Amino acid sequence: MFSENAKKELEEIRLKYPNARAALLPALYVAQREFGWLSPDAYETVSDLLGVPKAIARGVGTFYAMYKHKPAGRNMVQLCTNVSCMILGAERLVDFLKGKYGLEPGGTTQDGRFSLVIMECIGACGTAPAMLVNDDFYEDLTEKRIEEILERYK
Amino acid sequence: MEKVLLKNIENPNSADIGEYMKAGGYRSLPKAIGMVPKDVIEEVKKAGLRGRGGAGFPVAMKWTFASADPKFPKYLLCNADEGEPGTFKDRPILEKNPHLLIEGMAISGFALSAEYGYIYLRGEYPAAKHILEKAIKQAYEKGFLGDNIAGKGVKFHLAVHQGAGAYICGEETALIESLEGDKGQPRIKPPFPVNVGVFARPTVVNNVETLSNLPYLIEVGGEAYAKIGSPECPGPKIYCVSGHVERPGVYELPMGTNLKDIIYTHCGGIKGGRKLKAVIPGGISTPVLPPDKIDCLMDFVNMPKHGSMLGSGAVIVMDDTVCLVKVCYRALKFFEHESCGKCTPCREGTGWLRKILGRIENGEGMEGDVDLLLSISGNVLGKTFCPLGDGAASVVQNFIKHFRPEFEEHIRNKTCKVSG
Repeated sequence: MFSENAKKELEEIRLKYPNARAALLPALYVAQREFGWLSPDAYETVSDLLGVPKAIARGVGTFYAMYKHKPAGRNMVQLCTNVSCMILGAERLVDFLKGKYGLEPGGTTQDGRFSLVIMECIGACGTAPAMLVNDDFYEDLTEKRIEEILERYK
Repeated sequence: MEKVLLKNIENPNSADIGEYMKAGGYRSLPKAIGMVPKDVIEEVKKAGLRGRGGAGFPVAMKWTFASADPKFPKYLLCNADEGEPGTFKDRPILEKNPHLLIEGMAISGFALSAEYGYIYLRGEYPAAKHILEKAIKQAYEKGFLGDNIAGKGVKFHLAVHQGAGAYICGEETALIESLEGDKGQPRIKPPFPVNVGVFARPTVVNNVETLSNLPYLIEVGGEAYAKIGSPECPGPKIYCVSGHVERPGVYELPMGTNLKDIIYTHCGGIKGGRKLKAVIPGGISTPVLPPDKIDCLMDFVNMPKHGSMLGSGAVIVMDDTVCLVKVCYRALKFFEHESCGKCTPCREGTGWLRKILGRIENGEGMEGDVDLLLSISGNVLGKTFCPLGDGAASVVQNFIKHFRPEFEEHIRNKTCKVSG
């Protein structure tokens, strides 16, 4: 179930669109925040609140890379390895995260502190290599800088 | 050149409506509303403004089609799904100059008689979402959005719609599907969005940078605007440069600036004085150029004459430490990941190409693999619903066209000399 706040938020979102179906993507974001990931319960809740069939909601949700379909760590490390980041050393950073934190692409650390997602260009190519941790951009990365940055996320 | 799109962004409060108005903002919107809509479109036509998303379609033509359609309501969508690898030109507008975009959209909405607008913002720009939502709220409070804009009874409502990580949603019909709450899979055209777009209504989809040109264009008028840059496709252009240059970043320059000057003058040349190996001039989908082919004017008309495209103006510069087979492989891994799966040549072709490139890069390439890559690419190009498949195929074709010996060396020596 959604919290009262989340229900209210969804009602406001719904008003931005001429029909309920168009509110599906933002509703899935709200559900992801409420449930931590898009669990079967999360889909069921969204489906009931918007009156969108469950199969449709799940079909749409699984199309997009930023919806999570398994429980994730407390902090999402989203590292870009596309061409501009790759030629400036992003792959070394992937190796570093593996070596230092045991963090594999698509995986979560054993203590649940970090999950790692490999991104397809996050629009920070002029300051590559770059990553997002949760909603924050970090650019001009090196192994040392990543270590310092991740220290701030518990 | 006086900055138009990146004006005032050094000001740390540039995203605030007060600062924007102090710098001359929101003066063009009342001016446009004082005109008749078709005269606003006429100014855009005189200005020769072409879409900055990559295709370079004449803006006034798109607007004229949508205006002529008798169905209402009409919609204006801003494509802020900046996902073309190498591209980061819209992000500074979204984060630092959101009111320029909002004013541009309100002007465009008036010209089109569109009463509703959405900014389709990529999910990977969370900071921009908060900044835009705050800016939209400010614009409503000041009466630049709403039911009675500038006290003239003009109606335009605007909201942000956040994408969720799908490159394909930068394609306008996929964007529309996604906004309607569906998978981002392109529609077959016709009907075109200008007649049957979002919610089956006439819809114009324009890029962030395109719409952000409107306040200045209306301020100075179409004729004065047309004097900036290339005569065939005038205006200011944001070039975003990444990779091995001394000063990567965003550069607002006249449309049609020479690619060589962008790299060697504006960006200070190749990092560490190393040797240039290759340049991708307009985002990963545009054909790669070897060093002897970069003396070309970066605009929609001239780049095709040099065997490439302006695309999004995203210049990726690579020095001689880079393995181009690996770059090509990484590009195809991207296209395979982002293919929406709707049509077979793209869904299957991108995967096949990625696999073959992967084995060449890993020293397991087979004799005939280069020709096999060309054969598959030829069967993808021009046979897909949308340009994603074309982009993937043309990346492979152009890397091979200019750098075939490097691919063959990988196969012959069963190793990659550059990246070991």
